[in-house]
Amino acid sequence: MRTHRAGRRVGRLARRRTAAALAAVLAAGLLVSCSSDAPAEGPPDPAGSAQPEGEGEAQEAEFFEEDEYQRQLALSEETPEGPEGRPWEQMLRPEMVSTEEYALPEGEGIHLCFSNAGVFNPWRQVGLTTMEAEVAQHEEIAEFTVLDAEGKDDKQISDIQNLSEQDCDLLIVSPNTTATLTPAVEEACTRLPVIVFDRGVNTDCPVTFVHPVGGYAYGAAAADFLVENVEPGGKILALRISPGVDVLENRWSAAELAFEDSELEVADVEFTEGDPAVTKSVVSDAIARHGSIDGVWMDSGATAVAAIEAFEDAGLDVPPISGEDQQDFLQAWAERDLTAIAPGYPTFQWRTPVIAALKVLRGEEVPGEWVLPQPVITEENRDDYVNEDLPPLHYGLCGCEDLPGYPQDWGGR
Amino acid sequence: MAAASEPAPLPAVRPPVPDRWRRRLADPTVGIWLAALGVTLLGWIVVTVRGGEFLTQPNITGILQNCVALGLIALGQTMVILTGSLDLSVAYLASLGTLVAAETMAGSDGNMVPAVLAVLALCLGVGLANGLVVTRLKVNAFIATLGVGLILRGWIEDNYTGPAGEVSRSFQRLGYDRIGPVPVSVFLLVAVALALWFVLRRTRLGHHMYATGGDEHAARLSGVRTERTVLIAHVLCALCVGIAALFLAARFGAGSPWAGTEARYDLESIAAVVLGGTILAGGRGGVLGTLGGVTVLAVLDSVFNQLAIDPFFKNVLRGVVIIAAVAVYARGRRRAGRTG
Amino acid sequence: MTTTTATPVQGPVRLGTRLTQTLGTALPVYVLLALLLGALAVTDAGFYEPDRFLAFVRRAAPLVLLAAGQYLVIVSGHFDLSVGAIVTTGVVAAAEIYHGFPGAHWLVVTLALVAAGALVGLVNGLITTGLGVPSFITTLGMMLILEGGVFYWTGGSPTGYLPDDFRALGRQDAFGWLPWAVLVCAVVGAAVWWLTRSRWGRTLIATGDSERAAELSGVATARVRTLAFVLSGAAAALAAVLVGGFSGVSAQAGSGMEFEAITAVVLGGVLLGGGRGSVLGAMAGAFALTALFTLLNLRGVSGSLEPTVQGLIVIAAVAVGAANWSRWRRRSPSRNDQPPPPGTHATTPPAGPPPATETAPPTTAPPTTAPPTAAPSKENPSTGGPTA
Repeated sequence: MRTHRAGRRVGRLARRRTAAALAAVLAAGLLVSCSSDAPAEGPPDPAGSAQPEGEGEAQEAEFFEEDEYQRQLALSEETPEGPEGRPWEQMLRPEMVSTEEYALPEGEGIHLCFSNAGVFNPWRQVGLTTMEAEVAQHEEIAEFTVLDAEGKDDKQISDIQNLSEQDCDLLIVSPNTTATLTPAVEEACTRLPVIVFDRGVNTDCPVTFVHPVGGYAYGAAAADFLVENVEPGGKILALRISPGVDVLENRWSAAELAFEDSELEVADVEFTEGDPAVTKSVVSDAIARHGSIDGVWMDSGATAVAAIEAFEDAGLDVPPISGEDQQDFLQAWAERDLTAIAPGYPTFQWRTPVIAALKVLRGEEVPGEWVLPQPVITEENRDDYVNEDLPPLHYGLCGCEDLPGYPQDWGGR
Repeated sequence: MAAASEPAPLPAVRPPVPDRWRRRLADPTVGIWLAALGVTLLGWIVVTVRGGEFLTQPNITGILQNCVALGLIALGQTMVILTGSLDLSVAYLASLGTLVAAETMAGSDGNMVPAVLAVLALCLGVGLANGLVVTRLKVNAFIATLGVGLILRGWIEDNYTGPAGEVSRSFQRLGYDRIGPVPVSVFLLVAVALALWFVLRRTRLGHHMYATGGDEHAARLSGVRTERTVLIAHVLCALCVGIAALFLAARFGAGSPWAGTEARYDLESIAAVVLGGTILAGGRGGVLGTLGGVTVLAVLDSVFNQLAIDPFFKNVLRGVVIIAAVAVYARGRRRAGRTG
Repeated sequence: MTTTTATPVQGPVRLGTRLTQTLGTALPVYVLLALLLGALAVTDAGFYEPDRFLAFVRRAAPLVLLAAGQYLVIVSGHFDLSVGAIVTTGVVAAAEIYHGFPGAHWLVVTLALVAAGALVGLVNGLITTGLGVPSFITTLGMMLILEGGVFYWTGGSPTGYLPDDFRALGRQDAFGWLPWAVLVCAVVGAAVWWLTRSRWGRTLIATGDSERAAELSGVATARVRTLAFVLSGAAAALAAVLVGGFSGVSAQAGSGMEFEAITAVVLGGVLLGGGRGSVLGAMAGAFALTALFTLLNLRGVSGSLEPTVQGLIVIAAVAVGAANWSRWRRRSPSRNDQPPPPGTHATTPPAGPPPATETAPPTTAPPTTAPPTAAPSKENPSTGGPTA
């Protein structure tokens, strides 16, 4: 995730009528006067200028930003401000911004709109359920419109355009991809207050950007655990979902750094596409190829149980392993008494944008960048998150236990 | 145009008028546009009844805008399907195209022309590769283009770690400008459609494409260079994908390694083509039908959005619509076959 | 025109020709498989230890089942793109069943899944043969319906756990050493092989070869083909049981498997468009594909380059097969002298991407009229239309 800096919003810009000087490149005859839905002269694009030139090596460097890495490591050590036991309302190093200009008259029903990247994996499913329950808690929200982009950038751009032209009071965006939604979000910012969460966009026009500490902290937490718990010289198998996903790239680049500084050897880096069958095969092959594997690092937990089973099926002890806060992994960890850790990318962050939205529409201050704590589940606090009544792919850090409809709405018994 | 390839005038026996009407309605192109109209009307009624507004400017703009990327790719797909081939590599090519465009442009207007040329050159190359593997190596198009798609995927995965590059501000306007409610990119789509329509209906190449798709053996016997025809169709398809990639890059402002696959352009474009009445086995259909098919899908999407239909249920409805539409065509065709 | 087995509509085929032909279509895959297995032996000395090798076969088992089912559909001139969705749906549905009925017996659940898979296949078959929808579209639509439907039902992700007894088929060993999955795979493989040699199997291949000719000789082509879809659906559901057993609950257990299965079948020398190829070749194709994946893992090929290598090898293998075949054809032009089935290409089954040149039945239409026949038919849909 590229850094997203909090800051001033761009002023509302009226739609400009200009003569297009471009279309001739592609097809003749498109030169007509037209209105543009593109943000005219947006703010200087921080990511664009920060981008290294060239290919190859530089490409890999693109997702490693030293400052941001250091910042995340520091943040993950700090104690957040905010109510105890409600991490979704806590914040790290908040720099409050005024939101008076967005305040709605008292007592007016709020129309909240949400452009969702999609519900194509259990994490997003748990998140959306959590968000909907949070919305249900607030009577002042008269209407909650959700458009689902089904994982398509192009559709999400249209969704954002569509929502920003409806009578929404505030737009929440969970971007499908960092860079590609920037123009659409910039445009929406000129019409109504916008809150972005989960992934960021390359613009600071939204009122606030809600996110947990980040991918570097996640990857480093898992890697540091292995460095501590695996004998020096041990072989590490790194399992990643797929390349080209920025959030996941950050997790890996932080881990890579930690392993480089250690005496561990990264034996293999493999992509599993989040498929447990592939994971099982990959792990068995790695065991065969290297004789033994002494630690498993994963960039997300969806297939952690499959990795554990691969060791069991090979008749081996499960080495130290990192997973995530999914129930199946937490339970396997507890049952088998593994040496494990589960850094989380908490689904409770889906509650925060709703809370932030209500603050903004009341004119209360919010942090310009709302950094949420990012809990790491360790052996000490694991049992707080295990709940056998919930589905295997439920995320323990949902922070949804106090919400209406729990646990049935999350698929629990 | 050589006389040899000009279709002989069809038998002059005109069917009686009502019969002609029935035939006209059985024509998938007419059918799909009527369906588009019907779906729009139905959507308008349903949304209005539920207290919403359907035919608003943002909505119309949105529907048209959503036609463009899929439309361009489906137009290309129409060309290969008409000649009896198929292209499953379009999704990866679209992703790679956005990356090449954005990286070459690197945010500066001056690089716009090189970027466009680079994308088109890439697509030319991939189209040639597809076409040559199909025609020279005699690998079935399904496997050939699936394989080429995998090769592209490996290339993307090995070289890109996420969104990359930056499109210049003025190029972005291709994705965002509009004239009244009509996005300029729709004119691009229409221009490409007209060009392809001209190729198919008014040139010898077009006749060869229909002939090759209709019956390759017979076409070859009557002197059509079928291999070259298929090759050209693949190149045209890839170029259409390139144009779609340029549009997507303009819309994203950057290149996106997953844009094509996440949108499932491979299967969706085939679905749109078939929805538009083009026969999967080749030889019959055309670009107008494909545009109709794309429009129906876009209108449906918009209606689903308005009614806040569960995204999973949307897929169920889409599947049913696609099967049902093609079943209706098949029935119409059979009937026409009997009466004729 | 050409089949591996004598069909009711054709004259007797000489044994020698038949042998050459079998080798001609499936030979490349056997060579490829041998090469890959050899490379595996060189790469990893322990690969042929019984345990390891059986584990490899177990890994291949789901794909082998899918390939066997897909073979039946492809050889009859169709496609089944819904099998990946059936696998995903099967795994998620099994978890959902156990969520609702924690004590359900594994055999009941397995049989219910297989029956449901067969039902999906039946719907695919009826829509394709009864309504005349190309199977590519039928099964593509079915894929959307199943994937959407199952997650609509379960609210987005699987809700239950798969108990150990249900997972035994995919994960445990029989008699302490033989993986159940290998046993299932062998039984199903043998059954399908036997089926293809049965009367039904021969009519199936004949139907894929030339629907018209098969119809004329009294074959109920629709029924024969529908049964192929039913068997493919059932095989896919059984593969779901193995996949779910092997690796547990997942929301994307079968993603991409339809393409893998079709690739395996084509690698095995089976012609897309129907009428030619053997089920043994198709299953060998599945093994070859799994061996390739395993080899790439064991050689430590960079994860991100794997697709590229896979794409190159698949294209190359199929191209080699195609090249052998056409050379062989040129040497024996007598194979072409079959009675041309009546009707033009347009009367061939509404299969997916049209058959390669080799299967296009010679047309009865005088060649010179071909372009008009195939010319844009919007103005006159009856021209060249199905003669049904």
